Amino acid sequence: MRHLLSTGELSREDALSILDLAEEMSMIREREIKKLPVLRGRTVVNLFFEDSTRTRSSFELAGKWLSADVINVSAKGSSVSKGETLRDTVRTLSAMGVDALVIRHPASGAPMQAARWTTARVVNAGDGTHAHPTQALLDAFTMRRHVRAVTGDPEADWQGRTVVIVGDISHSRVARSDVRLLPRLGARVILVAPPTLMPPGVDDWPVETSWDLDAVLPEADVVMMLRVQRERMHGAYFPTPREYTVGWGLTRERLAALRPGTAIFHPGPMNRGLEISADAADAASSRVLDQVAAGVAVRMSVLYHLLAGDPGTRPADLRPTDPKGQLA
Amino acid sequence: MTVTPLGASVPARLLITGVARPDGSVGDVYVDGPVLADPAGAPADVDRVDGTGLVVLPGLVDPHVHLRQPGREDAETIRTGTAAAARGGFTAVQAMANTTPVTDTAEIAAEVVRIAAAEGACRVIPCGAVTKGLAGEQLAELGLIHRATGTRCFSDDGACVADPQVMRRALEYVRPFDGVIAQHAQDPSLAGPDACCHEGDLSGRLGLGGWPIAAESSVVARDVELAALTGSRYHVCHVSAADTLDVIRAAKARGVRVSAEVTPHHLLLTTDLLTGYDTTYKVNPPLRPAEHLEALRRALADGTIDMVGTDHAPHAAQDKDHPFVDARPGMTGLEQALAVVIETMVAPGLLDWAGVADRMSYAPAALLGLDDQGRPVAPGEPANLVLVDPRARRVVDPADTASLARNNPYAGRDLPDPVRLTVCGGHVTYRRG
Repeated sequence: MRHLLSTGELSREDALSILDLAEEMSMIREREIKKLPVLRGRTVVNLFFEDSTRTRSSFELAGKWLSADVINVSAKGSSVSKGETLRDTVRTLSAMGVDALVIRHPASGAPMQAARWTTARVVNAGDGTHAHPTQALLDAFTMRRHVRAVTGDPEADWQGRTVVIVGDISHSRVARSDVRLLPRLGARVILVAPPTLMPPGVDDWPVETSWDLDAVLPEADVVMMLRVQRERMHGAYFPTPREYTVGWGLTRERLAALRPGTAIFHPGPMNRGLEISADAADAASSRVLDQVAAGVAVRMSVLYHLLAGDPGTRPADLRPTDPKGQLA
Repeated sequence: MTVTPLGASVPARLLITGVARPDGSVGDVYVDGPVLADPAGAPADVDRVDGTGLVVLPGLVDPHVHLRQPGREDAETIRTGTAAAARGGFTAVQAMANTTPVTDTAEIAAEVVRIAAAEGACRVIPCGAVTKGLAGEQLAELGLIHRATGTRCFSDDGACVADPQVMRRALEYVRPFDGVIAQHAQDPSLAGPDACCHEGDLSGRLGLGGWPIAAESSVVARDVELAALTGSRYHVCHVSAADTLDVIRAAKARGVRVSAEVTPHHLLLTTDLLTGYDTTYKVNPPLRPAEHLEALRRALADGTIDMVGTDHAPHAAQDKDHPFVDARPGMTGLEQALAVVIETMVAPGLLDWAGVADRMSYAPAALLGLDDQGRPVAPGEPANLVLVDPRARRVVDPADTASLARNNPYAGRDLPDPVRLTVCGGHVTYRRG
């Protein structure tokens, strides 16, 4: 694995390897000293062309907990308006001797283009409406943990489990990346949205689709609510926020009707009161904060796979550098 | 390989022997300076070109190129763009109006003609803008542009004349001089600035802004009604989809004066090339799936589409090295146009050489109202011709070009390499070897 650009080009074996190592990586969060020496001397640049507090912080922590040198570069504004091409920005950072570029960009495809212009490893941290592979991996990670917790079976995974993804599928890089990953891990995916927010060609995706949330909700092991931007109503995607919520929001009523064991996911940031009610966001079955925690572990695992040599091997020393941080 | 500007050469005397004409007959063609003459009258010591196994076509005419001058001389100039045209076998090109400044006044149009006369390697017809600044609101100086340069064709190409009332007025206004309005059919609401990929499976997967076919076909359908209402000539630029062909076919059956062009890239290249987000393949209208290519080829064969227009759109690298949605749309086309037509139309038997002469010379010359272009290769006619080797092939190298640009979508493809000699007004503007 040279880059992580999309889940579509990630092999099932690599995905499982990332997820399994992430389980080990997740233990560091419980330690007093959160530091592993495995990426010492490696340099990771978070190159963010778009604001993102959570994804940037998550990658930054992931790199730092693995002892990499991490710097954040914010490059907001289109390359056209700045007068520097994307190619020049990428080549400039590459020339400084960077080992990995973590790229967030409002334009679909930018990390794929960047990968052609650099010798560094490229991680797609979300590009336009195209892909967000580490989000899909953390979704898969959180889902597997949820299934294991509910069933009590430590060997259980995604097989035979159903994920209902609800909302603005058309503009969602999260949905696209989930769709390219979860079915290959064994999950059944149902996409729910009004017709205006379904992407073209969705009939050929390895998923089922529905316009009727209430019809499919009883089948969900996980219901994932996607953020819906209020501005979409100006593009005539739906009439009003109120109508959207009635049709496709996880309201208090729908929360009450969920069958036990259904977990609530949301990639954040949440629009409370629009796609998700406060009751649902804060419900005991909400796994939203677990997703955030999983994000750091998954990104540690991704950086390790890309930068620490043979991805088939485990870190030689997963133990902390300080005795106080003994493995649990 | 040499390209010679018209202003820097003298008309040649040249006898091409044993060459096949578009109708299949074989004989000699005598270039006697600016006109073709009876080969029997050629002097004994005249320069001879062995035309055995070759085909002679009338000089090709391109109704749709972007030469970027004035304004973006770093991307292309009239000198380099017409040199590329000569290498492609063209003897006349129409330069679209979206330069800086826009060709919306007689002065800019006249300046293009002046530069072309001094530096060009083919004739250049300046296409006038339909509206001032291509803004789609007020009419450009259509009449003055016509008086100054003889231009009959007007287009806001790059932008659509979206307002139906403006379109209607433009169609009406150019009637006194038999003008024609050439439409870049793109409903700006259905296909806005972010639309950069054929709307379908791939745009959905890649997360690129979809460019639905209805954004083209619905504008053409509306315009056809306006052309019927006004009785004016209407031309559809770069038709990209089968649905639009249905509209054009129905309009022609009704007797509406509509014509249409197709680009070489829409005859050969498909949407799936966008998979890697290579901005070389970003073009407007976008590349379409294979079923549309098939329909476009059949339509060019049966005459629903009247002609080929390259939409040669040279760009500096710095305008392409951006994220896909931000990169400039457009690809070069002059030098490979005939190659693509041979590959997609002649080789499969959809078009014979007479058909190529019509679609790439006679029909575009008629659209533009040119008297000295698009004429048969026969004694007494102007000496505009291209000598074609129908069998030669070559892998396209984007660096092997007269254009300043390298955004060549055929790079690395094995294609016909037909053009051996181009003669424009008796001047040898390009000769292989």
